Amino acid sequence: MSALSDLLRLNIAGARKGLKHKEFTARELTEAYLVAADDARPLNGFITETPERALADADAADARLQAGTAAAMTGMPIAQKDLFCTEGVRTTAASKILGDFDPPYESTVSGKLKADGAVLLGKANLDEFAMGSANITSAFGPVTNPWTPEGAAEPLTPGGSSGGSAALVAAGAAIAATGTDTGGSIRQPAALCGVVGMKPTYGRCSRWGVVAFASSLDQPGPITRSVQDAAIMLGSMAGHDPKDSTSATAEAVDFEAALAGGVKGMRVGVPREYRTDGMPTEINALWQQGVEMAKAAGAEIVDVSLPMTKMALPAYYIVALAEASSNLARYDGVRYCVREDGGDLAEFYANTRGTGFGEEVRRRILIGTYVLSSGYYESYYKQAQKVRTLIANDFNAAFHDVDVLLTPTTPSAAFAAADVDDPVAMYMNDIFTVPASMAGLPGLSVPAGFSSAGLPLGLQIIGKPFDEASVLQMGQAIEDAAGFDSTPRLLAGAKP
Amino acid sequence: MSLDRDTVANIARLARVNIADGELDSLAGELSQILNWVEQLNSVDTSGVVPLVGVGTAMAPLRQDLVNDGGQAEAVVSNAPDAVGPYFGVPKVIE
Repeated sequence: MSALSDLLRLNIAGARKGLKHKEFTARELTEAYLVAADDARPLNGFITETPERALADADAADARLQAGTAAAMTGMPIAQKDLFCTEGVRTTAASKILGDFDPPYESTVSGKLKADGAVLLGKANLDEFAMGSANITSAFGPVTNPWTPEGAAEPLTPGGSSGGSAALVAAGAAIAATGTDTGGSIRQPAALCGVVGMKPTYGRCSRWGVVAFASSLDQPGPITRSVQDAAIMLGSMAGHDPKDSTSATAEAVDFEAALAGGVKGMRVGVPREYRTDGMPTEINALWQQGVEMAKAAGAEIVDVSLPMTKMALPAYYIVALAEASSNLARYDGVRYCVREDGGDLAEFYANTRGTGFGEEVRRRILIGTYVLSSGYYESYYKQAQKVRTLIANDFNAAFHDVDVLLTPTTPSAAFAAADVDDPVAMYMNDIFTVPASMAGLPGLSVPAGFSSAGLPLGLQIIGKPFDEASVLQMGQAIEDAAGFDSTPRLLAGAKP
Repeated sequence: MSLDRDTVANIARLARVNIADGELDSLAGELSQILNWVEQLNSVDTSGVVPLVGVGTAMAPLRQDLVNDGGQAEAVVSNAPDAVGPYFGVPKVIE
């Protein structure tokens, strides 16, 4: 058996090789991660840990490895964002209103990973109902970014909403994790935690069994330690699902094999509208480095224009919140867990929802209700949907000329919760990720450098619908050139 | 658009979310800030633009008209706070 810290340093591709060559067993790998999960507990990355299930999964994986029927994810100890319904394992969406909800079914995506032999370590923390950009709205407490400097007055946030997933992968407490991305909830925390996060094309991964936030935007995807790992894990998660009517029938792609394609001759667009007023110098510098990396790898750089960029964020907040207010109407105190009685039926609903939902969720439901209400529907919601058309048209036009787009992932490095003091300032975190979400495009965040304070920064690659292959290829080129050392400061089990 | 506390109370009633009296003023401020910020959308000329309802959803898929699931009453009510056999229990509505 290898030393614990050696096992924990392996990514999916490395662990797959080790398992295949019988250098260690899935059980040994899982046991190492259970120790790491103990060490990482102060980060509060898990809402629910499932060590017994993990060991049973690991034994089943070993049997498959023995029998020669292993799939790519067999034996990989992963965390599932606690938004994916997992049969027999409490699913909370980080909300009080779901109580101890015990799903009688398995989400399609978590079920696919399970069927491929992945080991479930537990359910990762997130912003309540995936609404947030700092993982501070969880009813189960905030998550700490493992890159928080020693002796910092206040912990840094991991970003959100998939903050637990990104923090656990960065801290070496899970080899990979699932996330969901509505406006940046995979890419932004991945960037702030120095790991890889991929939002596939809308429809590539099934939303069935994923607790809904904004259904026209929500999309599951992987959070991993390398681009190759993202390709491997996405291969397991993706695919048509008749249970999700928006699931794409696009042909399956071997994403890992596609990586070999390289980027020679690829045309990379640099959208000038992303160079916002007041963009920090270090973000701009990182972006320039990314451009140079792409060039050095043989890609051609093209200046492109996406005029509607600035309108994407306000349009997103209308569309997403309108959909959220509608989706969250189902939490009525009758079908799920938490109930607060009241004098009449209206009071019964209002009490249940007033007590069960947290502050940010209530705020978003109210805004969503308002923009859908009589007299405001046309001026807010319809107008936002029309702007969404214009945003999608911008991208379509740009993609006539280029294969992928290269942008920063976030406008800053990881921040402390107290540094962002009002809702709109918090929403600004998603300024670079939201436009691709509005158009349903695939986006990947790759760690590419450090801020002046030594915190990880990410670059985002956006692609054409269902062209994850080009996105991953460019991501691989950036990863190779950046040589980013993703060994986190607080690597569990490897104390300095 | 600036919202006053009565408007917020009315939205909260429509949304069936109980908001304490003491929270109405601060919420009115926060919601107004968000609405003022999204109002920049009105500066975009969208005449003749078709609203985008969703991406890749132009055609709703059809499935065969067959029963493919069912008989799950127990599972369906398994998380209800007040299940009576295969039924959801609710407070008395008709007086």
